[in-house]
Amino acid sequence: MTPWALAWQRFVRDRVGLASAAVVLIFLLMMAASAAGLIVRDWGEEVGMSYAPPGFLKTERIEQAEETAASRPRDDYGIADPLAAELADIQMGTSSAERRAATLPFGADKWGRDVVRKAIKGSETSLVVGLAAAVLAAFLGTLFGALAGYYGRWVDDFFNWLYSVFTAIPYLLLVLAIAAVLGQKGVLTVVLILALTGWTGIFRLVRAEYLKHAVREYVLAADAIGASNARRMFGHILPNVSHVVLVQLSLHVVLFIKAEVILSFLGFGVGVDTVSWGSMLAEAPSELILGMWWQTAAATAVMALAVTAFSLLTDAVRDALDPKLA
Amino acid sequence: MSRYLARRLWQFVPTLAGVVLLVFFLFNWVGGDPAYLLAGKIASAEHIENIRRGLGVDQPYAVQLWIFVKQVVTADFGASWSTNERVSQIFATRLGPSLTVLVPLLILSTVIAMAAAMLAAYYRGSLTDRAIMIGCTVGQSISILVYILVFQYFFAYRLGWFPVQGWGANLAENLLWYAALPILVGTVVSLAPDIRLYRTFFLDEISQDYVRTARAKGLGEGRVIWLHVLRNAGIPIATNVLTQLPGLLAGAFLIERFFSIPGIGREVILAVERSDFPVIKAVTIYVAIVTMIVNLAADLLYRVLDPRVQLK
Repeated sequence: MTPWALAWQRFVRDRVGLASAAVVLIFLLMMAASAAGLIVRDWGEEVGMSYAPPGFLKTERIEQAEETAASRPRDDYGIADPLAAELADIQMGTSSAERRAATLPFGADKWGRDVVRKAIKGSETSLVVGLAAAVLAAFLGTLFGALAGYYGRWVDDFFNWLYSVFTAIPYLLLVLAIAAVLGQKGVLTVVLILALTGWTGIFRLVRAEYLKHAVREYVLAADAIGASNARRMFGHILPNVSHVVLVQLSLHVVLFIKAEVILSFLGFGVGVDTVSWGSMLAEAPSELILGMWWQTAAATAVMALAVTAFSLLTDAVRDALDPKLA
Repeated sequence: MSRYLARRLWQFVPTLAGVVLLVFFLFNWVGGDPAYLLAGKIASAEHIENIRRGLGVDQPYAVQLWIFVKQVVTADFGASWSTNERVSQIFATRLGPSLTVLVPLLILSTVIAMAAAMLAAYYRGSLTDRAIMIGCTVGQSISILVYILVFQYFFAYRLGWFPVQGWGANLAENLLWYAALPILVGTVVSLAPDIRLYRTFFLDEISQDYVRTARAKGLGEGRVIWLHVLRNAGIPIATNVLTQLPGLLAGAFLIERFFSIPGIGREVILAVERSDFPVIKAVTIYVAIVTMIVNLAADLLYRVLDPRVQLK
């Protein structure tokens, strides 16, 4: 039985791991469907009134709005309001093609966009950024770690120097410095920033594994039958250290999702025409003051669910792949 | 020991050179020509040329690098581009407020995290342990932004227990009044990762042979845990707290920004928003130096606390 099959056996016995894997899978499917345009393509449509409350909330605001609408026309001292007809149109929400909804399932934002659809679209952005940055960082970290650990000597010295330089600067400070220099927003920029600064942790672990494996007998045997350096590095050693990379990959998804939220919140992240959990939270301070809590709650809840599921899945995968730890 | 120290200090040189190169590469090469940025929207060619000459960016890269190295060595980064305040002055006045928040925050979160981690490790696998660990996982999955927003909205704005934001003139007022809520938020945020980490430290120690021996010779549980286990688990905890400090110095920017605390972190955000390159460069270099020194100090502290450790 292969180690992977054994790990799979251990994994399916872990109920928490299976449940979190299911949640992660649902998020990934949602992300794919949203990216393909199958769902929430119309997230930007202004379907509700500005700050329309959630449907389950019977607030006084709605009644008030209905009251004021019913109380006109009022006496304007005999002066005819030339804009009365337009004003009434705006008040009733009939000026746009269809009438705007007074309540939505989980409320609306300032522009009257549905919070549920916005949260799904925002999940797509945040997850794409987290996954893409983690894959790129894992690729860089694995490549550098393999080269450093396998070749040793000056190659190792060089990458260790690079590692010490990148880790001498606190992570978020480095991210902000690069964001300041690039000065442009966008999903690709964020992915590059996060990946180019985030490879260090993976590098350290992969390098240690390669140091250990490079002198093992199976690698010496591969050398003896004439396997090239690249083949020994990536054909022979990599499958034996891939469990380390896999766990780190999943760990970094969580790390990068959190970093993207902070970057987008500060306005250095995804562009203004893109919605992510961070850009949703960026609207929170002004909304909370007005008592409009639903968008903040939706973004927080969706993000907490996704991140918790990813974290628990990481723990489960690590336990399954490395039974010595458990 | 002195040979070790000399070797470690000597290693600072290539690392610092690398940091200087990285920052130079970012700001002078990737960042492009700052003259257009500084000259404003309506700028004459002459004006731009003047700024370029003043900053030295019309020189070849080698000369520019030499100017930057001189700035680093003399610790004189010139003046901020947006406020014209000396960069050294900015540091001198912003460090105090940062430390007023950070030091109590570190002490408070370390003490609470150690207590919770000890509880979880001692009753490993029990309901208490599982509850603490699940609480940590969920707590860690919520963005720091949400903690700040909700705490500020609820405790300061709605309940009025704390000021919403601001900073005073004397230390006592700042510490007890203005810094109280920021410290509380920072503590809550750092608890979850700290508890998880410290729990593994305690678990490592509790399963050691000396604990079994101590129990076998009839020592009370209190003495075993508080004297034997705590002192040994305290070693990695102490070094961990120390190494967290530089990251927090710049990393507390969200807290400082929301509560309007005039610290280093808020200065970083302002500098990034205004493309104030001298300030960002100086912060990056200085924080990198502090990080290297603190990491060395952590290794030395480890040696002092645990004489078995051999420094090579």
